[in-house]
Amino acid sequence: MDIFAQQLVNGLVLGSVYALVALGYTLVYGILELINFAHGETTMMGSMIALAVIGALFGVAPDLPGILIVLAGLLVAIPACMLLGYSIERVAYRPLRHAPRLAPLITAIGMSIVLQNVAMLIWGKQYIAFPTTLLPQGRHDVFGASITDVQIAILVLTVTIMAGLVTLVNRTRLGRAMRATAQAPAVAQLMGVNVNRVISATFVIGAALAAIAGVMVSANYGQAHYYMGFLLGLKAFSAAVLGGIGNLAGAMLGGLLLGVIEALGAGYIGDLTGGFLGSNYQDIFAFLVLILVLTLKPSGLLGSRSVERA
Amino acid sequence: MKSTLLALSVAMAVGLGVSACGEKKTEAAAGENGAVTVKIGQSSPLTGPQAHIGKDNDNGVRLAIDEINASKPVIDGKPVTFEVMSEDDQADPKTATIVAQRMIDEGIVGVIGHLNSGATIPASKVYSDNNIPQISPSATAIKYTDQGFKTAFRVMTNDAQQGKVLGAYAAKLGKKVAIIDDQTAYGQGLAAEVEKAAKAAGAEVVAVEHTNDKASDFTAILTSIKGKAPDVVFFGGMDPQAAPIAKQMHQLGMTAQLLGGDGMQTPKFIELAAADAEGAIASIPGLPIDKMPKGADFKQKFEAKYGQIQLYSPYAYDAAYVMVDAMKRANSTDPAKYLPELGKTSFEGVTGKISFDAKGDLTSGPITLYKVQAGQWTTLETILPQ
Amino acid sequence: MNVLEILRGKAWLTAGLLLVGLILLPFLVEASLGKSWLRIIDFALLYIMLALGLNIVVGYAGLLDLGYVAFYAVGAYCWALLASPHFGLNLPFWVILPVGAAVAALFGVLLGTPTLRLRGDYLAIVTLGFGEIIRIFINNLNAPVNITNGPQGITSIEPISIGGFSLGKTQEVLGLTLSSPHLYYYLFLLCVALVVFVCMRLENSRIGRAWVAIREDEMAAAAAGINTRNIKLLAFAMGATFGGLSGGLFASFQGFVSPESFNLMESIMILSMIVLGGMGNIVGVIVGAILVTVIPEALRYTGDLQQAVFGKVFVDPADLRMLLFGMALVLMMLLRPSGLLPSKQRRQELAEDAA
Repeated sequence: MDIFAQQLVNGLVLGSVYALVALGYTLVYGILELINFAHGETTMMGSMIALAVIGALFGVAPDLPGILIVLAGLLVAIPACMLLGYSIERVAYRPLRHAPRLAPLITAIGMSIVLQNVAMLIWGKQYIAFPTTLLPQGRHDVFGASITDVQIAILVLTVTIMAGLVTLVNRTRLGRAMRATAQAPAVAQLMGVNVNRVISATFVIGAALAAIAGVMVSANYGQAHYYMGFLLGLKAFSAAVLGGIGNLAGAMLGGLLLGVIEALGAGYIGDLTGGFLGSNYQDIFAFLVLILVLTLKPSGLLGSRSVERA
Repeated sequence: MKSTLLALSVAMAVGLGVSACGEKKTEAAAGENGAVTVKIGQSSPLTGPQAHIGKDNDNGVRLAIDEINASKPVIDGKPVTFEVMSEDDQADPKTATIVAQRMIDEGIVGVIGHLNSGATIPASKVYSDNNIPQISPSATAIKYTDQGFKTAFRVMTNDAQQGKVLGAYAAKLGKKVAIIDDQTAYGQGLAAEVEKAAKAAGAEVVAVEHTNDKASDFTAILTSIKGKAPDVVFFGGMDPQAAPIAKQMHQLGMTAQLLGGDGMQTPKFIELAAADAEGAIASIPGLPIDKMPKGADFKQKFEAKYGQIQLYSPYAYDAAYVMVDAMKRANSTDPAKYLPELGKTSFEGVTGKISFDAKGDLTSGPITLYKVQAGQWTTLETILPQ
Repeated sequence: MNVLEILRGKAWLTAGLLLVGLILLPFLVEASLGKSWLRIIDFALLYIMLALGLNIVVGYAGLLDLGYVAFYAVGAYCWALLASPHFGLNLPFWVILPVGAAVAALFGVLLGTPTLRLRGDYLAIVTLGFGEIIRIFINNLNAPVNITNGPQGITSIEPISIGGFSLGKTQEVLGLTLSSPHLYYYLFLLCVALVVFVCMRLENSRIGRAWVAIREDEMAAAAAGINTRNIKLLAFAMGATFGGLSGGLFASFQGFVSPESFNLMESIMILSMIVLGGMGNIVGVIVGAILVTVIPEALRYTGDLQQAVFGKVFVDPADLRMLLFGMALVLMMLLRPSGLLPSKQRRQELAEDAA
């Protein structure tokens, strides 16, 4: 086995999940300059809803092909999360669009506490198992690294979604409206763009991505829990900032980079420092890179320096 | 300046108002009917990531108290009804001291808790200051009973007791041992003792890696461990991390034996890791439950009422019995009177025979090792401490 | 309202009444609600200090800091290391508290320096990173050399003792029996008064105006001759000092510190105190700190409320508590987007917006 290749694969898989969640942060930030702190919880909701459907379906019709059951879970989770994303925006952010900058941040934190606790009331305090037998369990050797079917699916899906998203933003009417709103909401409004609709659409798209990421996470790690969104959201948000928040390619790059840094950091830091520092400093590694990048390039890797709105 | 003061007074009034509202409600609820009611406290995280294990403790205490109440206990010539007062400490040291004080204010005569060492230690000072006996069903940090508090007991082995057995066992399983801990007081404490004991037993510790208690991706540290080809991987931590570790070890094609402590020896571990749980070994203090006289009975009653046993509920159950047992022997529910009796406990519980040393630790805890076979934890062997 | 009308214009009378009220408060609370609420009030006072400290950084200077809890941790660990059996030291409080505050201030400058160029959300994520880094270091500095005792934390920390008079145990004072939380209440109150005094003086000083200038428009402030670098660092250092002070008090009060007390959620809670209360306004921040500390505790009584209203408990109050707290955060911000008591400046800005 080649350890370096394996660590690269580990990092890329982890990074793909970060990237997918980071896209949601970046989409919203690009348009509203708002950190949607509840986005991590949307991911959690996606994975819980999907698991509930998968569990129910598996109970009723265990003979169905596994992949179909998982797909059904995903197809319920996506619209459910879209609705959730839409409602969060309507309830917690839209009334505060002209309020002081930090006000929506606090409602976001409030929403994320609410969502966590609602999930806890509905699905209980237990970790919920993902019936992994539903999905192909194959393991492959690529350049001396081992990779599972689920992990390959994660990588492929992430790239596909990213491509789709870029097309959406750059080639469609909605995408044009989104870019216009990001540039200058007032002007966009005057040019006939329904700004509220565009903002809602952005939240809904971000939530759909979160749902997919949520299912991926639970399929890969075999479990879900009402608390899982917090740390994932935090990491993904860091990834979005690393890449330059508001920039789609940046979120992707930031996510993958963060995943690889974490994997390589945890894998090699102990040997590099002769055991003085260990994998306990894994998270420090990620944050140090983040701080270093931002100190040298204050708007992230691919971000452009924007004039700050008060 | 004036408006500042004015507003401050208003703020104070609001604060008082809020608290006053709270008070009225308590009084309304405290209206009891004639009989002597004695309150026993229970505290564990009932929200947050460990809520499922915290609730399990709560259920264990409740089952014991319900049974005791059904037996119509008479202490000092009066019929006594016990009442459980359960508080959420959020596994947070600061909240733990607040709830400890709150339960004392409400007149508890003893407490079963807390779950985590990090919450148990600061709370133990509050109980000690107020002379309230405390039995933790699950705190393993050596420091807890090492502070010189007369009120601190536990019905769980401490890190050193269990670590010694696990370390020696790891060395028996293979020459090369890798250790992972979850950087919590529990995981790190246990792992450090295992490392010591494994080395003492002649094994080579080839890697010591760390993760945290919220992580789910361990591929990086496992890959690094795989490069060092250990025979045994010991994990000090809880089941939500142990399960993905088992899974990812197989994903990476690792063949080393996974070994863990009581935090991993749960049905949830098997449920979460599914096929990947097969072959994992974990220890838990005490004798196998189904071998204990009251064990099968406990298991059946618990499952009928609350569903599957998660982890420490048998210990919480025993702790409640031990506390009431001391009251019966002292013929008093007064903490000052039954505390000396608590130290002299000799009780056959569902987890084994319980007696305490001078510090409040278990005197002779046997430790049982289990292995996952055909989707079940099956007893491997029971090791008696030397 | 009438009483308030009379009191208006008589600042000294109000101040006197407030003082008497504050001195009597712990007696009232202990008699009516019990000692646990005394403890909660003590924590509320600690959080007032923390919130006022963070208010300097976020409210005055407009630098969004999500890692503030790091300074609290530094102060707490300074106390824990200098007054516990861990290193066998037991220095008096008048040495440790200033040392803790000074070390925290040093950290404030240390962390402030690399972030000078950053703004807004980028600053937020970097400070968040710093907060986590400090916590991770504290959690891991038990090997190779044991400094912090790692995740196990430090136990048996000495309580504050003033000239042999220990605040850690029940004492007889003027014929009154005062428990430890009661004694600490007065100490904390004194510290809060000090912090409030410093904040009020700062607010109306050259420095305070320079902070506001940077918050409103950094470039214009620089053009007006303000040394933005030093002034920003001063804000970080001042904020950190108060954090370090309350950290030290926390350690002595608790007798135990461990890394889990200093997580990100704590920083977020302190931030929500100042935003909720009204950024930049001392009274607002105090109110915010009290509310955020008291509400989750008061919500423990929802079980009794359910019992009283429905005759039985439907949902475990523990399960409901944080849910209601989250809802309260959202609702309060929706109703008062600039905080319960916005600062004068912000009130003016809002009025202009409306006009």
